[in-house]
Amino acid sequence: MTMQPHSPTFTLGQIEQGPPCCEPIPHLSIKGLSVRYGAQTVLDEVSLDIYKGCITALIGPSGCGKTSFLSTLNKMTDAISHAHVTGSIHFDNNNILDAQTNVLQLRRRIGMIFQKPNPFPLSIERNLELPLKEHGIKSRKVRKEKIEKALRDVGLWHEVSDRLNTSALALSGGQQQRLCIARAIILEPEILLMDEPCSALDPISSGIVEDLIIRLRGDYTVIIVTHNLAQAKRVANYAAFFWMKERVGKLIEFGQCQHLFDTPQHELTAAYISGAKG
Amino acid sequence: MAKASTRSNRTDTYLSRILGAMGLLCALLLVLVVFFLLKEAWPVVQSGGWLRFFHAQGWYPLEQLFGMLPMIWASIAMALGAILLALPIGVASALFLLFYAPPSVAKIYRLLLNLLAGIPSVVFGLWGLTELVPIIATWHAPGTSLLAAILVLTLMIIPTVALTSVAALSAVPKELHAGAQALGLTRKTRIMSVIIPAAKAGIISGALLATARALGETMAVLMVAGNVVQTPSSLFDPVRALTANIALEMAYAMSDHRASLFAAGLLLTLIVWGLALIASRIVKSNGKVLAYAK
Repeated sequence: MTMQPHSPTFTLGQIEQGPPCCEPIPHLSIKGLSVRYGAQTVLDEVSLDIYKGCITALIGPSGCGKTSFLSTLNKMTDAISHAHVTGSIHFDNNNILDAQTNVLQLRRRIGMIFQKPNPFPLSIERNLELPLKEHGIKSRKVRKEKIEKALRDVGLWHEVSDRLNTSALALSGGQQQRLCIARAIILEPEILLMDEPCSALDPISSGIVEDLIIRLRGDYTVIIVTHNLAQAKRVANYAAFFWMKERVGKLIEFGQCQHLFDTPQHELTAAYISGAKG
Repeated sequence: MAKASTRSNRTDTYLSRILGAMGLLCALLLVLVVFFLLKEAWPVVQSGGWLRFFHAQGWYPLEQLFGMLPMIWASIAMALGAILLALPIGVASALFLLFYAPPSVAKIYRLLLNLLAGIPSVVFGLWGLTELVPIIATWHAPGTSLLAAILVLTLMIIPTVALTSVAALSAVPKELHAGAQALGLTRKTRIMSVIIPAAKAGIISGALLATARALGETMAVLMVAGNVVQTPSSLFDPVRALTANIALEMAYAMSDHRASLFAAGLLLTLIVWGLALIASRIVKSNGKVLAYAK
């Protein structure tokens, strides 16, 4: 019997229809990441790899630092004046946390979807056109094509193609969230950060957005914060379980999603996923 | 226990009655003002109908000619000119205060705007008369002019525009800021293409209220506009505003002349209310953008 270098990658494939994307090539390599707000440490010494083309779910109770973790990855923590981030996040041989990182370029490569749909109070088309224009796509024809493709990718094209010039705010919550996903993927990012993207939606819209997220697997590396364990189980290839110890968020366990749910290594994980804790 | 709660219930009842009475009083005052204006204006309306104010050949009270159009045009030109200048300056001040100024500067700047808003209009008039009018006179006599009125009014309403814009821009939900940042938009694009459109309704309604203030301003305008009743044909023409006309002539006006001044007051009141109504409509229609905040 030979030792395998990684935990058996394709177990997932044998248990359920495994996506072909899950060769564990690290896309982001996070080492010793800590986040402090003022004197309060909210995340302490987190190290893990985010694998390319996979969906990684971040689970755990409220306040354990999942969202803080997510917002360090595209440097949204920069906007918080008293936030202090240490450690390293390696992305394409660069440390994202370096001061010389071009934040605008970084955010083009790492998109983000928020908990509450946040379309701009502009027309549907203008919502999608804005990031394209900003990132230098001058041809109107190319922009039109990209807008149509992004809307088709999120399944909105048939719903809105006849009213691209109407306000995005007139869309339903689920449509707005899919528009936000379209707005993020129109820049062709490599990584998508999602902060509880379904939690503000009704069950049907939530299901549609969830299906959409699953379809992103392979093309995009997705990191999704969710409080919905069933959702994590359904969509994710990998799961990271965070927990709060003495008001400080810590990564307790990280592994393939199904393993983490079926055979948790840590008693806290076991208690949380069985509903006994959290 | 039961007693205490009865007592606090009774206090609450009294309080609600007192507050209700105060509210009613305010509403009643408004009705009374309109009633009073209508009553005083009635004789001249009865003798010649509303249209006489618009059809008469000019304003010659001694000849029973009460044509207000030249003064209406003058008032509109002043208010419009002032808001056209004050809107960009006021919005730019608000953007500077909120997004560009370092916190310490922003704090002082906000204080300055508040102080500017509190300067009595007669002081603006004094400044206009002694400083501004002579400068304009060197370009084109006599100096007291539509332009002088516009510039003084602009200064007066800049703080209104700036402060209402600050309020509107600060009310833009943080989700929109975050969304724009996460897309890698530059600060300029975030402000120009996302934040200002989101705050547009609040900015416009503030501008309408500022316009209403400019229309209603009397003293400063009276001091610098020159007060010649004529339809303005150039920025350097001396003109008389509807408000200034009331202030100038009320002391000696009799019978129909007096009544027509009240009619002018009624007209001004209605225009200002119209502007306020439009402003509140715009804010209401913008509810969706602000609904994010919930």
